[in-house]
Amino acid sequence: MAPTFSEGGKLGFLHSTFDAFETFAFVPNTTTKKGSHVRDCNDIKRVMIMVVLALVPAMLFGMYNVGLQHSAAFGLDWGFGQMFWYGLLKVAPLFIVSYLVGLAIEFTGAQLRGHELTEGYLVTGFLIPLIVPVDVPLWMLAIAVAFAVIFGKEVFGGTGMNIWNPALLTRAFLFFSYPSKMSGDTVWTGGLSKFLAKGHCFQGSDSLVDGFSGATPLANLGSATPDCGWFTDMFVGTIPGAVGETSVIAILLGAAILIWTGVASWKIMVSSIAGGLLIGYLGYWGGATELPGYYQLVMGGFMFGTVFMATDPVTSAQTECGKWIYGFLIGALAVVVRLWNPGYPEGMMLAILLLNTFAPLIDHCVITRSIAKKAKKAKVNA
Amino acid sequence: MSNNIVLKRGLDLPVNGAAALKTSKTVAADVVAIKPTDFRGCTLRLLVREGDKVLAGSPVLADKKCPDIIFASPVSGTVAEIVRGDRRKLLAVLIKADAQNEAIDFGKKNVSGMKADEIKEQLLKGGVWPFIVQRPYGILADPTVQPKAIFISAFSTAPLAADLEYTLGAEVENIQTAVDALAKLTAGGVHVCTNSASSKFSALKGVKAHVVEGKHPAGNVGVQISNISPIMKGDTVWTVSLQGAAAIGKLLNTGKLDLTRKIAITGPRANDPAYVEALPGTAMSEFACFAAQGESDIRWVSGDILTGTAVGANGYLGFFDNQVTLLSEGNYYEMLGWAKPARPKLHSFARTYFSWLCPKKKYDMDTNTHGGVRPFVLSDVYSKVLPMDIYPVYLCKACLSNNIDDMEKFGIYEVLPEDLALCEYVDPSKIEIQSIIADGIALMLKEMA
Repeated sequence: MAPTFSEGGKLGFLHSTFDAFETFAFVPNTTTKKGSHVRDCNDIKRVMIMVVLALVPAMLFGMYNVGLQHSAAFGLDWGFGQMFWYGLLKVAPLFIVSYLVGLAIEFTGAQLRGHELTEGYLVTGFLIPLIVPVDVPLWMLAIAVAFAVIFGKEVFGGTGMNIWNPALLTRAFLFFSYPSKMSGDTVWTGGLSKFLAKGHCFQGSDSLVDGFSGATPLANLGSATPDCGWFTDMFVGTIPGAVGETSVIAILLGAAILIWTGVASWKIMVSSIAGGLLIGYLGYWGGATELPGYYQLVMGGFMFGTVFMATDPVTSAQTECGKWIYGFLIGALAVVVRLWNPGYPEGMMLAILLLNTFAPLIDHCVITRSIAKKAKKAKVNA
Repeated sequence: MSNNIVLKRGLDLPVNGAAALKTSKTVAADVVAIKPTDFRGCTLRLLVREGDKVLAGSPVLADKKCPDIIFASPVSGTVAEIVRGDRRKLLAVLIKADAQNEAIDFGKKNVSGMKADEIKEQLLKGGVWPFIVQRPYGILADPTVQPKAIFISAFSTAPLAADLEYTLGAEVENIQTAVDALAKLTAGGVHVCTNSASSKFSALKGVKAHVVEGKHPAGNVGVQISNISPIMKGDTVWTVSLQGAAAIGKLLNTGKLDLTRKIAITGPRANDPAYVEALPGTAMSEFACFAAQGESDIRWVSGDILTGTAVGANGYLGFFDNQVTLLSEGNYYEMLGWAKPARPKLHSFARTYFSWLCPKKKYDMDTNTHGGVRPFVLSDVYSKVLPMDIYPVYLCKACLSNNIDDMEKFGIYEVLPEDLALCEYVDPSKIEIQSIIADGIALMLKEMA
């Protein structure tokens, strides 16, 4: 089959596509031509699949939580299996749209450039469904994915060349283009949009439970007071929110995988948490919120952003010292937006995108300083 | 003066096929090759024609820029063939050895009474000058400059490298002579790095001794220089391999050029790996007894598996090499390899596989790249195996974009491709880092000339 698809073959124009499938199924038979004769068996596919693996706990919990929130909103008496099944039905279309649209563009891009398809979208496509509200209309998601992949990644040259995290760009696009579907109290519970529009929901119930609010903890940030049970809910993740971002436990499981395999930088995670804690406590002591600083870590997308988004190796700072600065500023800025900006309840997305923009500048400063220091040391020694 | 340097970053490649400490045969060379391709950044001029008679020590090639630097025949015999490649590029001069093995007598010398110029003249004339490598760029040393210092690494950490204590332990006297001579060529002294204070080469006198501990590339002279006294813009430093120092010493002590060396035949595909005595330029066919008969998918590498040259079964040993590595060509498909939970037969430095669970295990490595080439994605894997204060990814990007200012800034003066070989090994993006650096150095040579 290979000759048909190789250059000059009958279907030669599809060789990128063929390569993509072939290398997906088989590690290719390429041997080293120059330089080192042997190579480590680790490759980018493996690195990417590790990130996907780390995301699985958050995804599974997210599916369960979608069902949980739905059944809580409509007062349904669902068991675990039913909740999970409902969540699966709600979340699977998000995955399908994300991968279909994203991969179609990636395949086309690779084909046009005659390159091999890169694996970056394996992760991006998995991240996107986890950071959007479960009820987001699929056509909106498709447009947002197309925008992010084309203008966030392909125009820069594909995986490894992009400035901003493509998954976050998807979310930012949705957030600014369709704010009514991305914020407020009613978008975070599966089936609610349909109910509000048509007056009935998935099955069984046709009325909301009394006193239902559907608000995320962040929306109540101004008036909330510390509460042990509430904190536990947020830590476990049984609260309304984007699909994958609610459970700190599931995210920490993923973080353990990422740190252990060395795929993501623990420095960025630690410094982001430090930044978030510092500003969280400053706000607490300064009277901006009633909640102690550590509450900021379990609310909204802070942990998800810290573990999976800020640590994207392509868009984060590249130097080790730069990673500390970059992570710290993300954590700090995210909480600053939360506490002192009345317009946006959540600051994580904006903080990461802003720092993605500034990461090269941070690296530049770090490297310039390190080179100057080295030159000075050499002068002293000479 | 003694210094202790402990390098924490690095990786000793766990490859099967280390040579046993025995010399299984002495090769009486039939044909030896002198290959201009062994020397970086120079153009050589042919001094002989096919059919000419030469002695051991007779000039065969000379550097075009500095005609005093000659490349001598290691044997006596007849010039059998001049091999040329595309556009008549000179690839090798083959010399058929005769039985007499006569050598030119350059006269025994007593180094203590010699001046720098006399020493230089003797080394140039005797054909051992090419052993001196000049940094930056790793080129032939320019006899007209006085280097900041001269560095010798007295141990090797490369995968399956020859044990220098075994191969050169008997040559300490010659090395001492070489060190004494080299010391007169620089004001900065001769730095010798050993891996422990009990090394046979710690006994060398009149040197600046350093003990460098750590995994590969701790034995690379470039890494040692970087940690002792980094090369800045405008500096010139010379390096000599321990093998080269022994040859220099032997020339001064005996008056004759004798390049015979113990060579480690190693690698996962070598049968009964051991040492042999042979000359640089010896044909690989002389070592055929180490490879299984009739098998074609073996890669013959002159040097180690990270930095050596694939010369093929009909190739010749390189001028600087004291090791031959035999390994399998990895031209096979592996179904869903990257998705398997574990691949116990393959090694990975990364924790995404489970090699770290068996740190003592050795692997039959082959030449499969285990993945396709991608842009740089991860940023911190490279510095984990590079104990130098440079930014490898930035340096590569500067080289790729031909940006000389950035190359200078990110340390092109300090590195040779071999220093970044491990970065290339661990790179999940499978980028040919050594080749990128080599191109960068070639550009610097062209632009800075």
